[in-house]
Amino acid sequence: MIALEGVGKTFNAGGAAEVRALQPTALYLAAGTFLVLVGGNGSGKTTLLDIVSGALPASGGRVLIKGVDVTALPEHRRSRWVARVFQNPLAGTASDLTVLDNFRLAALRTRAKRLVIGVDEAFRRQVRERIAELGLGLEDKLHQPMGALSGGQRQALTLLMSVMDHTDILLLDEPTAALDPHSARMVLRLADRLIAERKLTAIFITHNLSEAMALGSRLIQLDRGRIVRDLDGAAKRALRLEEMQRWFG
Amino acid sequence: MTFYLSALVLGLCLSAMGLGIFITMKIFRIPDITTDGSYTLGAAVTAVALVNGWPLPATLAASVAAGALAGVATGLVHTRLHIEALLAGILVMTGLYSINLSVLGRSNIPLVSVDTIFGRLGVFESTVYNELWVGLVFILVLGSLVAYFLRTDFGIAMRATGSSESMTRAMGVDIRRMKVIGLAVANALTALSGFLVAQYQHFTDINMGIGIVLVGLGSVLIGDAVIRWFGIRGIGWQLLTVVVGCILFQMVLAAALSLGVNPNFLKLVTAVCVLAIVGLPRLLQREVR
Repeated sequence: MIALEGVGKTFNAGGAAEVRALQPTALYLAAGTFLVLVGGNGSGKTTLLDIVSGALPASGGRVLIKGVDVTALPEHRRSRWVARVFQNPLAGTASDLTVLDNFRLAALRTRAKRLVIGVDEAFRRQVRERIAELGLGLEDKLHQPMGALSGGQRQALTLLMSVMDHTDILLLDEPTAALDPHSARMVLRLADRLIAERKLTAIFITHNLSEAMALGSRLIQLDRGRIVRDLDGAAKRALRLEEMQRWFG
Repeated sequence: MTFYLSALVLGLCLSAMGLGIFITMKIFRIPDITTDGSYTLGAAVTAVALVNGWPLPATLAASVAAGALAGVATGLVHTRLHIEALLAGILVMTGLYSINLSVLGRSNIPLVSVDTIFGRLGVFESTVYNELWVGLVFILVLGSLVAYFLRTDFGIAMRATGSSESMTRAMGVDIRRMKVIGLAVANALTALSGFLVAQYQHFTDINMGIGIVLVGLGSVLIGDAVIRWFGIRGIGWQLLTVVVGCILFQMVLAAALSLGVNPNFLKLVTAVCVLAIVGLPRLLQREVR
């Protein structure tokens, strides 16, 4: 599903402030893989995610999604395969727009945004039913601005929005980092369920080692822009938290 | 009474510009100074077209197209050359002064003996009532069109662009293209105001756009205050507050004149009004804290 062939990223190349955020990396993720990425600050996790989403251009190498070379495609054109949940709920939703309008845009992620009014009763009902499944009572707040909701509520809605339209890949960049423990648990459960139900290929970044243990079918540790550990499902299941804690000294 | 009715009509004519500034300032959060130039451009194209006997629909289309092109220019400078939106607007506005002068051929064109939209669509005996009627119908139609536009799927994508670029990009929207289109629409609306005001005042002057962005800005800010006071959410209602803001702003200026303020100080009064609208709420907020 996702193939990185010698993909690297250097910021300020050739300058005094040159930073090699990601060393040339080869990585292949089969369809349905749920990859958990761990690593210290500055290890290259978010850079890798940004390169897959197209938010950052790679300094070298090729990015392939479903066999298509997308290296030169900007982020908005990769959205036909890739959905993303940001670390900051503010970044993943439009605060000034209503919940309904946010969902409308999400429902059109892979399609043209035309000069027609698409928010009709049928769409309203569809969104209300989806949101009701969360059990947060947000189905009655469709016409409220997204900015009026809490971070946890917004992040849960962002997750739902990511699967409003067809998607193959879901990128989650520390989606629980800005949330309280209760909201974080709720968002994680939802993410796990959506990924499993829809058989998505997912990359999940976290600093929380318990989350890294509990979720995913593959675990990779990055350090200074390199993959230093790559555990498949069986090895990940056999891993103990104490051992993982030792990775980080 | 007629004095205030005239201010009301002028407010209605300037409402198109207010809607344009609403798009740039409230939706994209871009301070677009192109307005000063595109307003005069709309008026200049209107004057030249009408003097040369163009029919009104063609004149209208030419004014709108000219304004849209000005917006596209600012949009391209901003998005392709990565120049700050404020500077991009200033650059295009400055360039437009020469273009407007070229279009006009001289510093002003009187529109005394031409058939204007107010005369053509009038239904009353009284001139001022005809102007009011045409202004009302015009802004009603225009406001409805803009409200429809902003409620469409495309309009939602446009509104989201200003709210969260990261989210909008991830939702498959080409941010740069969207900004160029937004600036084109906004400046087309501004040119529409130029189209109306030129015919309402029966002349176009090369300097008529100087500081007009401040009038639009003040009007949108008045509307913004109304939106906050009443917790208005619907996009149609928000546009209505912009129109109300444009009218109120002209009424304040008319009141200042009727109180004996020297017309030479009108721009100063405009600046002070906008300063009061922007500054007072902040001052009051600080007091509350």
